[in-house]
Amino acid sequence: MPETNSGPAILVEGLTKSFGDVHALRGIDLVVPRGTVLGVLGPNGAGKTTAVRILTTLLLPDKGRALVEGRDVVREAAAVRRSIGLSGQSAAIQEELTGRENLEIVGRLHHLGKAEARIRASDLLQQFDLIDAADRYAKTYSGGMQRRLDLAASLVGRPQVLFLDEPTTGLDPRSRLGMWDIIRSLVAGGTTLLLTTQYLDEADELADEIVVIDHGLVIAAGTAEELKSRVGGDVLEFTVPDRDRITDAVAAIALVGESEPHADKETGIVSVGVGGRGSDALVDGVRSLDAAGVATKGLALRRPSLDDVFLALTGHAAEEEEQRVRRGRSRQKRAAATNGARNKAGKDVS
Amino acid sequence: MTATVVTTTAVPDNPSPLVRGRWAVSDTLAITRRNLLVWFRVPAYIVFTVIQPVIFVLMFRYVFGGAISVPGIKGGYVNFLMPGIIAQTAAFATFGTAIALAQELQKGVIDRLRSMPMARSAVLTGRIVADTLRMLVTVLIVVGVGYAVGFRFENGVFPAILMVLMAIFLGVSICVIAAFTGLAIGDEESVQAFGLIWLFPLTFLSSAFVPIVSMPGWLQAFANNQPVTYVVDTMRVLALGGPVTTSLWKSLVWLIGILAVFGPLAVRAYKRAS
Repeated sequence: MPETNSGPAILVEGLTKSFGDVHALRGIDLVVPRGTVLGVLGPNGAGKTTAVRILTTLLLPDKGRALVEGRDVVREAAAVRRSIGLSGQSAAIQEELTGRENLEIVGRLHHLGKAEARIRASDLLQQFDLIDAADRYAKTYSGGMQRRLDLAASLVGRPQVLFLDEPTTGLDPRSRLGMWDIIRSLVAGGTTLLLTTQYLDEADELADEIVVIDHGLVIAAGTAEELKSRVGGDVLEFTVPDRDRITDAVAAIALVGESEPHADKETGIVSVGVGGRGSDALVDGVRSLDAAGVATKGLALRRPSLDDVFLALTGHAAEEEEQRVRRGRSRQKRAAATNGARNKAGKDVS
Repeated sequence: MTATVVTTTAVPDNPSPLVRGRWAVSDTLAITRRNLLVWFRVPAYIVFTVIQPVIFVLMFRYVFGGAISVPGIKGGYVNFLMPGIIAQTAAFATFGTAIALAQELQKGVIDRLRSMPMARSAVLTGRIVADTLRMLVTVLIVVGVGYAVGFRFENGVFPAILMVLMAIFLGVSICVIAAFTGLAIGDEESVQAFGLIWLFPLTFLSSAFVPIVSMPGWLQAFANNQPVTYVVDTMRVLALGGPVTTSLWKSLVWLIGILAVFGPLAVRAYKRAS
């Protein structure tokens, strides 16, 4: 069947999915060429996980079609499952079993022979730096180790297309960097990867192409550089302790910025894109605010974050969006982990 | 495609029904093995499935036994009690089924398995096979404890084996309901709190522990017409002898009915699980 070996690894056309009143996907299109990495960027509740679940045959779409390695995820689901690997938001491993047992059982369920499953498990434990912990129960593993084991499990069947749904959510910064290294080496081996993430820097590091999803729609697509250029380079951000002076602060900083300033009335945080002017903009900003007589705290220059991309693309912050969606949904999702990670991203000062 | 496939793990595009049948069996066995390994390693599960039924036997035998009269039962209350407690043991063993499935669903284990090229039925069948084996072990332990406290099979070996099988059949039927509940509720704590709370009235408001004639009239109406009573009555006849009444076919109709209704429901809940 030569036709299955031409064309993109993933092709999605007009995909929609609703859960009652919640329109998780409202018609998205994606094309992922073989051997490339697509980063799907968006806040919680944007529809990322729904898209992954449809592409991995876990969920039926309402409308549209999706092909993985040329196979329809609805009509040829069994064939699709033979060519994919999935690692979700939480570690889908059996904690009462050892790392080795986990992988061997997955191997057996991929219909490898006993000996082959054992060899495959050992290879993967080696590759993922888990060989020393191979015969310990997985519940004794750290969060990062559990995620590595989970990723290893998704690779047992040597998938051509790998889906990673927020692979680093909830991980500490060090484990996160370790995960990035592993993902890079997988991609170097020619695996096609679809990666969802809430972090611009993660998509930036790993993806060839990025799509931004909001409200179940693709609102932007391009390389990380292209997306960042929409923000207008670096961001100058500060807090105005006296909420009554926010309007004055916005007026003062608008003189310095290269994009419309954004002010959050509740937190008193004001941000503005300053392009590539770096420390000049910082100095100008301080002067301008000083001239207006506005007291500020924590004035700093930082790289654009997902929130900034969202602001530039949609005019609202990702977080506001997320809260709105979450209120509309019955299932709460990892709020603590997400907020912690976002705070970290927010402090990312350059 | 043949020219490009070099890995040994590659499988034919459309496996024949025979190959798929073989996979369904081997996948079920792999899941069964996994579930049994987990069971052996969690002390809480062992307590739940072994110690708790033993406590029930001792409590009913020695605390309530003296106060409950069972006229016409050869060997007295302990012989009356044991078939009932064995049935209850088999039914309660299915708590583990519901909780484990809800847990796997929550943790994403079921998503992982469903995205793999394994037989989709195997997660359910492997769970039920493992839990049935677990149930059998528990039932045999309870029979042993029963013997230690004075229980005797009065009707020969073959009916005794049938009695155990009857208990297992009840357990498997309830296991399927539990599988459905666990997957449909999908939240471990909710399942623990009220997923199987109905098992208490079902087993206690039956002929399992006391003669139904000792209950108030309105309760008798329920107790006389529910499956656990039919099953326990049948088991009692098998264990102690006596005429096989209508309870045998009524039990079978109930249990087959439960499987016919909840089997497809459990499969549906599994397919839709998210």
